[in-house]
Amino acid sequence: MSLKAKHQRLVLILVALVALIGAGLLATWALRNQASYFYVPADMVAHPPEADRAVRLGGMVERGSMKNAADGVTVTFTVTDGKAKVPVRFAGIRPALFVEGSGVVAEGKLGADGIFVADNLLAKHDEKYVPREMKNMSADDARKAIANTK
Amino acid sequence: MLPEIGLGMLWLAAALAGLQLIAGALALTEGGKGLAGIVRPVAIVQGFLAAAALLALIWCFVETDLSVKLVAENSHSAKPLIYKIAGTWGNHEGSMLLWVTVMGLGGAFVAAVERRLPEPTMLATLAGQAFVSLGFYAFLLLASNPFTRLSPVPEDGNGLNPLLQDPGLAFHPPTLYVGYVGLSIAFSFAIGALVTRQVGPDFARAMRPWVLGAWIFLTVGITAGSYWAYYVLGWGGWWFWDPVENASLMPWLAATALLHSVSVLAARNALRAWTVMLGVVAFSMSMIGTFLVRSGILTSVHAFAVDPRRGSFILALLAIYIGGALLLFALRAGTVSEGERFAVTSRESALVFNNVMLSSILGITLLGTLYPLVTEAFGQKVSVGPPYFTPVSAMFALPMLLVMLVGPLLRWRGDTIGRVSPVLALPLVVMLASGGAAFALGVRHALPLLGLAMAPGVVVGSVLPLRGRSLRRVPLNVWGMVVAHVGLGVALFGMASDSAFSIERLVAAKIGDSTQVGPWQITLANVAPVAGPNWTAMEGVLKVRYAGGAEQVMTPQSRTFWAPLQTNAVSALLTRWNGQLYTVLGEETAADNGAPRWQLRLWWKPYVPLIWIGGLLVALGGGLALLSRVAQDLKRRKVREKGDFRRGEVAKLEQGR
Repeated sequence: MSLKAKHQRLVLILVALVALIGAGLLATWALRNQASYFYVPADMVAHPPEADRAVRLGGMVERGSMKNAADGVTVTFTVTDGKAKVPVRFAGIRPALFVEGSGVVAEGKLGADGIFVADNLLAKHDEKYVPREMKNMSADDARKAIANTK
Repeated sequence: MLPEIGLGMLWLAAALAGLQLIAGALALTEGGKGLAGIVRPVAIVQGFLAAAALLALIWCFVETDLSVKLVAENSHSAKPLIYKIAGTWGNHEGSMLLWVTVMGLGGAFVAAVERRLPEPTMLATLAGQAFVSLGFYAFLLLASNPFTRLSPVPEDGNGLNPLLQDPGLAFHPPTLYVGYVGLSIAFSFAIGALVTRQVGPDFARAMRPWVLGAWIFLTVGITAGSYWAYYVLGWGGWWFWDPVENASLMPWLAATALLHSVSVLAARNALRAWTVMLGVVAFSMSMIGTFLVRSGILTSVHAFAVDPRRGSFILALLAIYIGGALLLFALRAGTVSEGERFAVTSRESALVFNNVMLSSILGITLLGTLYPLVTEAFGQKVSVGPPYFTPVSAMFALPMLLVMLVGPLLRWRGDTIGRVSPVLALPLVVMLASGGAAFALGVRHALPLLGLAMAPGVVVGSVLPLRGRSLRRVPLNVWGMVVAHVGLGVALFGMASDSAFSIERLVAAKIGDSTQVGPWQITLANVAPVAGPNWTAMEGVLKVRYAGGAEQVMTPQSRTFWAPLQTNAVSALLTRWNGQLYTVLGEETAADNGAPRWQLRLWWKPYVPLIWIGGLLVALGGGLALLSRVAQDLKRRKVREKGDFRRGEVAKLEQGR
C-alpha cells in the first residue's frame, strides 16, 4: 500500500502533530495528578492535602522538638513557620546539616493522624544549595520563625 | 600576568568569531568571494585561542593563584591536584569557559577536516557556528569573566563542594559538554543548509559523523552522570528526574531522533525538512538545558550561580538563537523540496515512528521540567518527580522499543508484515517467557513487570538483523546498530530489575550486630576515625557474606571536609555478577543499654550494574557506527583523489600527443 503521492508530507506532519498533541494532553493530565505541591505549616493546617497525595512541607525545625525513637533510625520533630506547627516523622539517614533551628523541606504524605510521614528530607546545605521554596522564606519568615521558636 | 593573558586571548577569540561571522556571510555574496579563503583558518585560530584561555585558567587553579577571584572562591591549596584541575569547571564561570572552548574547538575541527559539503554551505555553516559562539563569548566576557582579580588576596580559598570532589567530576562535565556543544555543529549545518537550500543525501552524509560523535559523548556523559549520582549522593537511586538530569536527557533524545532521521536522509533522500528541524531542536535543547542550569532558576547541586542578570542574559541568547533558527526554518522549509516517498510498512516508517516517540518523550520531559516554573509564576509551588516522569515516558518508550525490533528487519521503501512476522516470533516468545518468569517471582507492579518481560526480548530481537548473514561480511555500522540496540535491552533489564527486586534495610547497629539483607549477612565489625588530605571521617568496617560464602570487607564513611566545612556520606559498593550491595554509614544514634549504635542504610540491588553497562554498550554501538562512517568517507576520498590523479595524467598524456 502506497500513500497517494502528493499527500505524504501532509500525512507525516499530521501523524507527528497528533502524536505530539496526544503526548502533551497526557502530560498535562498527569502533571495535574502527580505534581507534588509545596506547603508551609500554616497552609497544611488550614487546608490539609488529601491522604495519599505526595506533597512537600517546608519550614524551620522547632528547637527542642527533635526526638530520636528507641529503634535508632526514626526521628520525630516539629516543622513550623511561626504561624502553625506540623509534627513530622522520618526514618532514615538524616542530611548532615539537619539540626534544630535549621530549615528543612520534607517530602512525604500527611497521615490520617495528622503526623506528616517524610520519605526524604532536604536540609539547607550551604548558600549554594538551598531548596528553591526556602529561598524566599529564609530572608524574612525564617528569621521570624527562628525567633518564635527560641 | 597569566590571568590577564588568558583574558586577552579570550577577547581575541571573540573578535575572531566576529570576523569569522562577517567573512563567512560576505563570502556568500557576489562581491565578497575573496573572503572565502580566510574563514577556515580564522575558525581554527579562534578555537585554539579559546583552548589557550582555558589552559591559562586551569594553570591558575593548579597554582592556586588566590588573587583570581574564581580560584579563591572555588579552590583550596590543600586540595589534591586532580580536584584543583577539575575544580576549574566545577563553577559557573569556568564551566562557561569550557563551553566556549569546546564550541571553538568543534568549529576548528569542522573547518580543518570537513570537505564533503559544497563550499557555500560550508561557509554558511562556519558563519553560523561563529554567530552562536559570539553570543556565548559575550556572555562570558560581559557577565561571567573567569579571570577577575581579587583584592586583597585572601589567605586561602573557600574550597570545592565536597560532593564535587570525586573522580567523576574530572571527566563527567567535559564529556557532557562535548556532547552538548557538539550538537552546535549539527545546528550550524542545519542553518548552513537552510541558507543555501542544499538539503540532500550528501548533506546528511556530511552531517552524520558529527551528530554521531556528539551523541556518543552525550550517551557516555549521561551514563557516567547517572552512576556518579548513584554512588555519591548515597540515596541508592540512579536517576532522579532532577531538572539538571533532564537538561542532559533532552538533547540526547533529540540527538537520538536526529541520528535516525539523518540516516533516512542519507540512504533514501526522505525526511528532509524534518531532519533539518531536528538539527535545530537538538542544540536548542542543549541551550535550554544550559539556561535551566546556569540561570539559577532551578536548584540542585549543579546550579552554581544564582544571579538573575545571568539568567536574563542566557534567556536573551536563547531567544535570539532558537527564535532566529526557527524563523529561518519557517521561511525556508517550504522551499526544501519534498523527499522520496515510502509505504506505511517500510523501514522509513519505523524510523518515523521512532522519531515521533522520541519527540513525544522529549516534549513530556520538557513540560514536566518547566511546569514548576509556570505554576510558580501563578503563585503555586510544586515539584514534579518520578511519579510523573517515569510512567508517562514509559508509555512512549516501551512501544518505541517494540518497533525498534521490527524496523531494522523491514526493507526500505516498502515491505510486508508477513515477510518479517515469522522472524519476530522468537523475541515475542522470549518476552512472554520472561514476563511469566517475573510474574512467578512475584513481580506485580506494571512497569517493572513490563520491563522485565520486554528486556530479554529486546536483546534477542536486536540481534535478528544479523541472521542468515556471514558475520564477517556484516558492515561495521550494522554491528554498531545491533550493539546499541542490545545495550538498550540490557539497560532496561537493569532498570526493571532494580525497581522490582531491590531490598532496602535501615538499621541502628551496635558493634558486632548482624543483619540480613536479601542473600547478604552483614556485620558491623568496627567504627573508627580515619583522615584524608582535606577531610576526616568515621569509617565503618562491615563484614559481609553472600549466601554463606567467603567474608568480604566494606568500608563506608561519613566524611567531614573542612574547606568548606561539610559532612558527606561516602557509600561503599560491592559488585557481584548478579548485582550490587550498597552500604551507607549514618550518624551515631540513641544508645542501646549504654552501647553506642550507628545508623546503617543497606541495599541489595540485583543486576543494577546492567543499567550502566547497557548505557556503555549503546555508546559503543555509536562508536562502531562512527568508525565505519569515517572509514567509508576516507575510502571514498582516496578513490576520488586517485581518480582525479589518473584523469590528470591522462589529460597530460593527451596534451603531450
